[in-house]
Amino acid sequence: MGGEVPAHPALRPFPRQTLFRFFITRFGMVVPTFFGVTVVAFFLIRLIPGDPIELLVGERGIAPERHAYLLKEFGYDRPLWQQYLGFVHNLLNGDFGTSIVSREPVLSEFLTLFPATIELSFMALFFALAIGLPVGILAAVRRGTVFDHTVMGISLTGYSMPIFWWGLLLIILFSGTLGWTPVSGRISVLYYIEPTTGFMLIDSLLIDEPGAFKSALRHLILPTIVLGTIPLAVIARQTRSAMLEVLGEDYIRTAHAKGLAPMRIIGIHALRNALIPVITTIGLQTGVLLAGAILTETIFAWPGVGNWLINSIYRRDYPSVQGGILLVACIVITVNLLVDLAYGLINPRIRHAGKS
Amino acid sequence: MAKQPSLACRHIERKLRERPRVRIRYFLLAILFWAAFTGGAAAQVKTLVFCSEESPDTLNPQLSFRQATFDATSRQVYDRLVAYEPGKAEIVPALATSWHVSEDGLRYEFRLRPHVPFHKARHFTPSRPLAAEDVVFSFMRQLDPRHPYHQVSGGTYPYFQGLGLPKIIKSVTAGDNGTVIFELDSPYPAFLSILVLDFASILSAEYADAMLAAGTPERVDMEPVGTGPFQMVQHQRDALIRYVAHPDYWRGKTPLDNLVFTITPDATIRFQKLRDRECHVVANPDPADIPAMTLDGDVKLARQVGMDVGYLAFNTTKPPLNDPRVRRALAMAIDREAILEKIYQGIGRPATTMAPAGLWSRGKPPPPPAADPEGAKRLLAKAGVTKLEIDIWPSPVGKTYLPDARRTAEMIHEDWLKIGVDSRIIVTTGRDFIKQTMVGQHDAALFGWIAETLDRALFLAPILGCEAAKSGANRSYWCNGKFDRLLDEAARAKNPSERETLYALAQAVLDEEVPILPIAHSINFTPMRNEVVNYRTSPLGGHYFYGVDLK
Repeated sequence: MGGEVPAHPALRPFPRQTLFRFFITRFGMVVPTFFGVTVVAFFLIRLIPGDPIELLVGERGIAPERHAYLLKEFGYDRPLWQQYLGFVHNLLNGDFGTSIVSREPVLSEFLTLFPATIELSFMALFFALAIGLPVGILAAVRRGTVFDHTVMGISLTGYSMPIFWWGLLLIILFSGTLGWTPVSGRISVLYYIEPTTGFMLIDSLLIDEPGAFKSALRHLILPTIVLGTIPLAVIARQTRSAMLEVLGEDYIRTAHAKGLAPMRIIGIHALRNALIPVITTIGLQTGVLLAGAILTETIFAWPGVGNWLINSIYRRDYPSVQGGILLVACIVITVNLLVDLAYGLINPRIRHAGKS
Repeated sequence: MAKQPSLACRHIERKLRERPRVRIRYFLLAILFWAAFTGGAAAQVKTLVFCSEESPDTLNPQLSFRQATFDATSRQVYDRLVAYEPGKAEIVPALATSWHVSEDGLRYEFRLRPHVPFHKARHFTPSRPLAAEDVVFSFMRQLDPRHPYHQVSGGTYPYFQGLGLPKIIKSVTAGDNGTVIFELDSPYPAFLSILVLDFASILSAEYADAMLAAGTPERVDMEPVGTGPFQMVQHQRDALIRYVAHPDYWRGKTPLDNLVFTITPDATIRFQKLRDRECHVVANPDPADIPAMTLDGDVKLARQVGMDVGYLAFNTTKPPLNDPRVRRALAMAIDREAILEKIYQGIGRPATTMAPAGLWSRGKPPPPPAADPEGAKRLLAKAGVTKLEIDIWPSPVGKTYLPDARRTAEMIHEDWLKIGVDSRIIVTTGRDFIKQTMVGQHDAALFGWIAETLDRALFLAPILGCEAAKSGANRSYWCNGKFDRLLDEAARAKNPSERETLYALAQAVLDEEVPILPIAHSINFTPMRNEVVNYRTSPLGGHYFYGVDLK
């Protein structure tokens, strides 16, 4: 019995090599994902019927020689694989292309519109967390009660709600019938605001116009609810199930036996561990938020990246679509990578899973 | 939606900061506004909000073909040499006060209006009023591939090139004493009508030179400077466009002080914004919302019959459709009233002639004849046709003048079955439809056509003329020398009543031959709040806010 008992992996100190290998593995997965996205972004838009040159010149049509000239100018006369290689080559040089409609660099257009999307997504995430977390915890604590069943029923409905329909419904009720919220836009047109940061809540504070901030905030209410509904439902359900798992652990029973206050047990001991899977869920919701932003921005005439992408698809603006999709994908990949890394840091079992 | 006084003053102060050279003018304006507001008078800054459906793709109308772009640019910011008299087909002076056409029709000389000021922009203050150089620049940029501005912003001029003007206009030069001379390669009777179009807007050559010298020529297409009733002061892509009234507009300052376009792509949302007082006027309503709009006490609807037509073209090269009696019989069997009721649902008007009536004819058009299947059967028998099967190609893209061609084809199929004629409906993609019908694959095709100018010859010739039959644009492939001659004579006629007679004769040829059957003209609706006054619809569509007021 004199042998040394191996320590639980979670109690071992971090071996530097393991942490390094973990980061390298995660980064290594990003590279093929990135190239996969370039293939999808490049070829998908080309599968949609419609000639970008014909759409550019409109119903009047275009002389064949002019059509050929423009095809050559944009490089669309080359074989697809050559176009793709050119696209990747430019990407690696930091060039996301130039819109064939506005003739502006895609990156510059994206960066101009991105703050509007970030602002909306951030508010939607905040809304989802502010409601989803406490509701999920309460549902777990009151498991099997009417509250639990009601919350889970509502969250399932929220998760299944088509964004377009949900948005229109809220507009008709809150804007049309009750007149409580504005229908669409980012701020009342009465406020003359030149974008400084691109974030309307901040820009409206920077100008000396009483009521501008309030107007910007009121314009955010409905889009935030619409975009935040699905993440809210997911977070609430994930929090509930994670909490239920943790609440059944021995150490929680021990804490109860020791006579700790229930609020302390739930808030400190249970929640800390239950939040680990929830953080991953939040990371995954970035993709959901950006995808949802496309529909939400279209409904609410929100001048963000989603609205711009939809318009670019309608106009077969290949560079904008492929550059825009790639930039959005890069953001989702980066956020997921950061979440992975953060998750690895806070939960050592993940790092060791690969090794074992 | 009127602004608060303090807000208006701050807005003007901001403008003052942006444009130091015009401080005195704005300072005086600010004092006037301030005096009006603090005096407790009813005068307020008038801001009209227009909910448009899409963002302009460019801010230079020469580079686009989209109505949304024209609404945002040429119809508010720019003027053209000539214009239509509001609500009429008569061409009246605009930036040109008069013009002279040479006997051979190859030389047009325009005398320019003096003292017409251009707008000021953030990076440009004009030093002179409108001059011949501006007109020369505006056209030569589009015409001359070697012009320094030709390739700026892409070098594609859809309208100018689409109308074939590079082969029609030989030169545009400045004449003496404020005149501009257009030399043509061949006579073009509808040339004046062409100059009314949006692409013919007059830009500032001085601004273009300044931007070229500064190394930013593309700014001309992003920050427009025109002579129009409104000057653009802010453009947030896919969000809004803000204009202020041009105080020195040559026709007099417009009653509105500010105009705002908010880009709202969804038609249902546009209607909600109208009800919620977030918009005064909205573009392109959803036909499904029209009944609700009619019932809303705060909303009124402006109606205008569109200068367009939805029609069925018979391929007159394919027997037995080359026999006018067969075409007439097939036309007689179609219940157009039912199509209007089921397909157009209140957004169409029956078409009895190809060219929409109203502006183009003095009399009221007769109602379309009711369907006559028995008469059709008799006529078919007379033509010796016993068994007939027809391929109908419906246009795959829905338009206001033909909202659902496929369902229309289904109704026609039912009508023809009643007279013993069978038909197949051929459904294709948009591109295939255009290509296949242009080479005459169809027996009959459901199509539509929209006027670009109020010139009748320009409306009819591209879909019914012999030249169009050769190119395939005339889907009936019908070529009638008498009809072409009558159109040509009418286009050249100087006397309106003589022109009217010639067009009536041309229509009679059409009625006799029935190469195509007109079905309906669209009705365009513009919903607006009751407080909007003096809004006038344009027969060619589009939204013009000069002269519009808020009560």
